[in-house]
Amino acid sequence: MRRAHGRAPLVAEGLFRAAAFACAGFVLVVMAGLFVVLLYRSRLSIDRFGWGFLWSAAWDPVRDNFGAASSIFGTVASTVIAMVIAVPLSLVIALFLVEVAPPRLARPVSYGIELLAGIPSIIYGMWGLFVLAPLMATNVQPAMQKVFGKLPLFAGPPMGIGILTAGLVLALMVLPFITAVVRDVFALVPPVMKEAGYGLGATTWEVTRKVTVGYGMKGIVGGVFLGLGRAIGETMAVTFVIGNDHRIAASLFASGNSIASTLANEFTEASEPVYLSALVELGLILFVVTLVIQVLAQLWLTRLARQAGSTS
Amino acid sequence: MRRRPAWPRKAVDAAVKVASALAAALGLGFLAWILFVVLRHGAAALNWTFLTSLPSAPGGSGGGLGNAILGTALMTLLACVFGVPIGLLAGVYLAEYSRGTRFATTVRFLANVMMGIPSIIIGLFVYAVMVLPSGHFSGWAGGVALALLVLPVVARTTEDMLAMVPNALRESALALGSPHWRATLRILFRASRAGLLTGVLLAVARVSGETAPLLFTALNSPYWPRSLSGPTANLTVTIFNYAMSPYPAWQQAAWGASFIIVVGVLALTVVSRTLTRERK
Amino acid sequence: MTSTPPPDVAPPRPAVPEPAAGVQAPAAAAAKTKVSVRGLNFYYGEQQALFDNSLDVPAGSVTAIIGPSGCGKSTHIRVYNRIFELYRDQRASGEVWLDGENVLAPGVDVIELRRRVGMIFQKPTPFPLTVYENLAYGLRLHYRVKGSELDDRIEQALRAAALWDEVKDKLHRSGSALSGGQQQRLCIARAIAVEPEVLLMDEPTSAIDPVATSRIEELVVQLKATYTIVIVTHNMQQAARLSDFTGFFYQGRIIEFGTTTELFTNPKQKQTEDYITGRFG
Repeated sequence: MRRAHGRAPLVAEGLFRAAAFACAGFVLVVMAGLFVVLLYRSRLSIDRFGWGFLWSAAWDPVRDNFGAASSIFGTVASTVIAMVIAVPLSLVIALFLVEVAPPRLARPVSYGIELLAGIPSIIYGMWGLFVLAPLMATNVQPAMQKVFGKLPLFAGPPMGIGILTAGLVLALMVLPFITAVVRDVFALVPPVMKEAGYGLGATTWEVTRKVTVGYGMKGIVGGVFLGLGRAIGETMAVTFVIGNDHRIAASLFASGNSIASTLANEFTEASEPVYLSALVELGLILFVVTLVIQVLAQLWLTRLARQAGSTS
Repeated sequence: MRRRPAWPRKAVDAAVKVASALAAALGLGFLAWILFVVLRHGAAALNWTFLTSLPSAPGGSGGGLGNAILGTALMTLLACVFGVPIGLLAGVYLAEYSRGTRFATTVRFLANVMMGIPSIIIGLFVYAVMVLPSGHFSGWAGGVALALLVLPVVARTTEDMLAMVPNALRESALALGSPHWRATLRILFRASRAGLLTGVLLAVARVSGETAPLLFTALNSPYWPRSLSGPTANLTVTIFNYAMSPYPAWQQAAWGASFIIVVGVLALTVVSRTLTRERK
Repeated sequence: MTSTPPPDVAPPRPAVPEPAAGVQAPAAAAAKTKVSVRGLNFYYGEQQALFDNSLDVPAGSVTAIIGPSGCGKSTHIRVYNRIFELYRDQRASGEVWLDGENVLAPGVDVIELRRRVGMIFQKPTPFPLTVYENLAYGLRLHYRVKGSELDDRIEQALRAAALWDEVKDKLHRSGSALSGGQQQRLCIARAIAVEPEVLLMDEPTSAIDPVATSRIEELVVQLKATYTIVIVTHNMQQAARLSDFTGFFYQGRIIEFGTTTELFTNPKQKQTEDYITGRFG
């Protein structure tokens, strides 16, 4: 029998391995490239405005004077609203899925919540703009003004679009991500720990509150971080409903702007190099912030997985 | 010790259970609401002309989004052509050639991080490296931006799926004298094909509904995509432009485009999930 | 609570014949019965795991349950506090009388049942809380206690579990930072803090080193003055050292039940003899 091959297989193996290595390395190159390119393209703006860019509320394309403060404010405000709503809701839904619902019900419900994560961002935008915003303007916001009266937080004409509506849509969008993490965390609590709780005569809620949540706290924090990263960088849904206005207002009903929505709205219109550079610098800020959040979340979650692996 | 009556505790427990069911119902309610709105408004916009012809002039009625459907399909395809092979190979490297090395740990970590980078940042990046040097928006740039979103998802799923293949299978293929690359492509990929396909489908589902990375790369266009080297029509940016326009006919067309996107993305998601379920 | 006539001695004998002779507690040990099991069957889904178990656990004593692994020892005691009900496919039929009340009857308050019947698990299960909070958790569930009374109760329980001296300076550290043996005694303290009547121990020393094991064994002997203890163990020496009564389980059936001395020195059943002499299991 003739040998099927000579040195060829070694060469093929080497080539394949090199190609695989290159592809893996490509991930590193892209991540490094993202930072370098964004930094390079922001240099005009960085040179001109320095650190002051971060806290200047100016945004004047006519005079070429730019600052990130209003976009940062809008991003933070809408994200905070989103997290305040989404985190407790996710916890409670996860509780339902793991501890309350019978498996036959939990599975389809869980699936439905996951589908929420599958809906593209722009669809949330359409729904937010054409359905939620009018509802907010005619019903929800006037009702809130009636209840909370003269608080500056709820001042101004109820326009429907604005920071609050953006926060609500964001909450809905990050809800499935946090729910999925929390559900998995709850499900991973060793049954014997729950049994110990029930064995003392605790109710389901009492076991969840102290034992399950206590046990899964670190995982929950990781999930919240992941949701936070999503909310901060979310673009289209926010762009549709936040109002796209460079201002910092005390009212939740006021329109505003997030970093991502500013980019989406103004990037293709920016003609002046400094304007463009200022927008790229906004992108750089967003990149660095999400990078930090992601890195923290990933470090946190991998450390957790390692702990779980070593104890079980 | 004074006893604490059990009934308030049971009442709280029952209340929490009811509240949790309500919260879950609320989540599902929003899902149903959004789907209902999109399907109802979208169905009204859909017809044969809508699917096959060019858009109407601003303010005019009639016309369709045939060009945008084609453009989205082309760029999604492009994203697969670039993103899937690179992602697969990167995953193979992580799982088969460098398990446990510092390089692999770093790449895996960064791939996870990359999945969480806002897609608009990826768009900005591709704008800076492709659109600026060439001086014009292009479908190629759009495809590359989407490919960069596909890449980490496929790489991570590939690695996970290969890691789940029993070592005995790997070793027995290698023990036959098969080179590692052949064993990977012929045996290991086959053993984990359902999982790999799920990963690819989920990635495709995600990018086919993406808007932000196309805003500064493919832009949009009212014409048929003759070549990918110019601005290229696509559904999602069209939705954005039309929804923000003052023309009712365009807003209706935006609903029609939303319908197509939602049905397409959810169908892909459901198919890929079904595959996963069968594997288990 | 269901209204079942409280039987003064043992409840009515089951109609089903006993699986083997010697299952009833011998007359010599006919002290007051705390838990009385009659005709207990248990199912994991379709699979039957316990067959017609009947036995009487005398009050104020240690009853050991021995047998080869997988024979249903743990399953048996997990019926006493109805903890098995957490799992949807697990089902029990028959009767388990606790002081004349059938705990398996519908309408029984499981929360109160579990306060009265505490449980210690194979692996220590400190909650992810401080030592202090681990005990306070159970106490606050069932009692209106706070401030110094709570402190006192916690100290009392920790002393009863022979743990006070070791943890009095670390009350506000995490319970999981303790050693394995200390964690298990913490769990015992937590269980007795709520003043139960019965303590179920499911192989409480199997995950713990020999020195810590002997401390827990000493503790068990001390505790039996106050509580009725049922301990599942695969360690025959442990059963012989600790218990007053022993039940031998095999393949879901109670083969023999009697005083520990009797069962170990003069087993009536061939299978029991084979097991305690190490011929199988």
